[in-house]
Amino acid sequence: MKTTKMLLGCALFAVSLGMSQAYAQTTLRMTWYSDGNEGEVMSDLLRRFEEQNKDIKVVLDQVPFKAINENLPVQLAAGQGPDLARVADLGGVARYMLDLRPHLKDPAYFEANFGPFLEWMRVPGDTSSIPGFMTQLTLTGPFVNKTLFEQANVPMPGPKATWEEWAKAAKDVAAKVQAPFPIAIDRSGHRFLSLAITQGAKLFNEKGEPAVVDEGFRRGAQLVFDWHKNGVMSKELWGSVAGTAYRGANDEFKNAQVVMYESGSWQIGQFDKTIGDAFDWVAVPTPCGPANCSGMPGGAALVAIKTTQHPKEVALLMEYLASDQVAAEFYERSLFVPGHLGIAKKGLEYKSASPQGKAALKVFNEGVSQLSPVANKLQGYVHNRVIFNAVISRLGQAIAGEASLDEAYQRIESDVQQQIAERTKK
Amino acid sequence: MTLTSKTSPVASPAPVGGLAQSRGTNPVLKLVSRIIDWPMAGLQRLIGERRMPYIFLLPNLVFFGLFVFVPIAINFVYSVTGGPALFPSERPYVGADQYAYLFECGSYVDPNSCREDHFWRGVYNTLFFSLFQVLAMVGLSLLTAVVLNMKIRGRGFFRAVYFFPVLLSPVVVALIWKWILQRDGLLNAAITGFGGDRILFLAEPGWAMFWAIFVSVWAHMGFYTLILLAGLQAIPADIYEAAEMDATPRWRVFWRLTLPLLWPNLIVVIVLSLIRAVQTFDEVFVLTGGGPGTSTLMVVQYIYETAFSNQVQNFGLAAAASVVLGIVLFALTLAQLAFTQRKSS
Repeated sequence: MKTTKMLLGCALFAVSLGMSQAYAQTTLRMTWYSDGNEGEVMSDLLRRFEEQNKDIKVVLDQVPFKAINENLPVQLAAGQGPDLARVADLGGVARYMLDLRPHLKDPAYFEANFGPFLEWMRVPGDTSSIPGFMTQLTLTGPFVNKTLFEQANVPMPGPKATWEEWAKAAKDVAAKVQAPFPIAIDRSGHRFLSLAITQGAKLFNEKGEPAVVDEGFRRGAQLVFDWHKNGVMSKELWGSVAGTAYRGANDEFKNAQVVMYESGSWQIGQFDKTIGDAFDWVAVPTPCGPANCSGMPGGAALVAIKTTQHPKEVALLMEYLASDQVAAEFYERSLFVPGHLGIAKKGLEYKSASPQGKAALKVFNEGVSQLSPVANKLQGYVHNRVIFNAVISRLGQAIAGEASLDEAYQRIESDVQQQIAERTKK
Repeated sequence: MTLTSKTSPVASPAPVGGLAQSRGTNPVLKLVSRIIDWPMAGLQRLIGERRMPYIFLLPNLVFFGLFVFVPIAINFVYSVTGGPALFPSERPYVGADQYAYLFECGSYVDPNSCREDHFWRGVYNTLFFSLFQVLAMVGLSLLTAVVLNMKIRGRGFFRAVYFFPVLLSPVVVALIWKWILQRDGLLNAAITGFGGDRILFLAEPGWAMFWAIFVSVWAHMGFYTLILLAGLQAIPADIYEAAEMDATPRWRVFWRLTLPLLWPNLIVVIVLSLIRAVQTFDEVFVLTGGGPGTSTLMVVQYIYETAFSNQVQNFGLAAAASVVLGIVLFALTLAQLAFTQRKSS
């Protein structure tokens, strides 16, 4: 009897082992951050992918944007990263990305549709790897509270208006309607440099090396500095935190405290959902400077990580998500400017967007044609975060009264030099 | 156990172990103590009775070493290496370059003249913060302890009230005060309600430092008050009775009796609050983010941002700064030990 029981137990164990083998799944971990609803959209898409590929399970780890910029690089450096991650500092983490070409069925599809953006994901010297695709192409640009303009009875400046004209109009509006923030600009080097590029900042010398401070840069810095002095910008944003800390004014804009908010296309989904019909808001073309009316491009990409144990499965997932139909659904439902050339050419309807959201997306899509070569070069530069950080940290100090603008310029140059040297030390 | 006596017949199979005997007739404990007694007695014979305490300290020492001494050593290794790599083996040796970079200053009293000015701004802000925070902390804690030691109505309630903030997470404390101090916060609502002008408390350097100190004192005062209250209650009542019989004025009693007798507790409070002030990070970071500019940037925040938040991740420089901070904290700890030992003797 005892022997029979033992044999029966062994048989059951063997059967269960066999069954578990039959249903063995590869689990992929994807680290993801969201600006709006794109996390929900991605969850939906992943669920469908799992239905089609029963042997692959994808765990979506949703983290704050700060974790993507601060924790993920440390994880990656320690070799403890996920299989895939959505990243914004493309150049900064390029060395941890996996070239998917050997595992992709059709690498040419990626080249054809994401070609110009793939360069942003490559380490210097690499001209051919395909680590992933753009989940969104972003463009900096301003949002304006139209209702405040109407209440103040101040006409909104036209499409080719300068930064100075917008500043004057926004200040007039703020004074009449008692809004605390005439102009708010995200405390971010990326956003400031968009303004500086319109003022003629070149940022690189003839050799292609960073030469951040020039006449155009100074003009941009002086504008922002003066705006803090004369009340066009409040110290609460740029002056309220130290170092390289990002500080946005989303909440202030949503609460109708900001007349004009220089941020970017990634805010559309959020504004469309949360502002509703509380007030009318519009996206307007980037104000012009003496040089151009360019915004700064940017974006986030979903990339494969070198340390993955499942490159084939990662490639399969990447192919699914980057395919025309799935990518189009993702961009459309997330209200993102597509980072897929084919889809961008066809255009998207953005069915879920309100008329305000659709209009804003149109403005940003049109802004792509206004991009200056300097802006594109800066976005593709592998150490661009070093420049963004140095600029925001030192200008912040000048605005807080700790240093003069000239001292800030010197520090920006020396910070960039020192940090690039540290970053490239071998 | 029989470990302290070399003459105990530990090899005997009989339950002669002290532990075994002390556990009476519990068979499980008897068995356990027999099992322990045998190897312990053997070990004691092997290494000698005087070394046995170290065996008992060993488990703790291993954990302490693993999670304190090893990280300190790794941190030191980072401080003499450079580059962006994470693993020490992949980082090039740079000697004292990181320290030299930190200490490269035209004048140490002017952070602007220093190559790494943010570090020195952090140092000066931390010094300023520590000085005023400790003064305020000790003064207010003493005052509160003296009042709470009096026979006042609702004494128990007030003791709980003053201690309550200590139970809160520093992040919660900072967020509460941030809401109070922001543009449309409670304080500005009160000020504008009384016809005053709105003040941007967290956007003006002077105000930001004031509130950083205030919030820190508010959050931790209860703990130090408790230490001082215990000290006050330990002072014999007959001393005060004698002073009362001599008709000594109350301020004189305080200066000549209470304060000297409370001095050992005060020293503990001063040293503990000083160490805590030098280590300050969480509350100030959440409240002001180190701004405006760098006016409330503390050394610990500088270290954190240099290592993790700048996206350039200068681990070497951050490690060098933390070694410097570690030396300062070590000196403060030695001072505390010295004072405590003097108190004991």
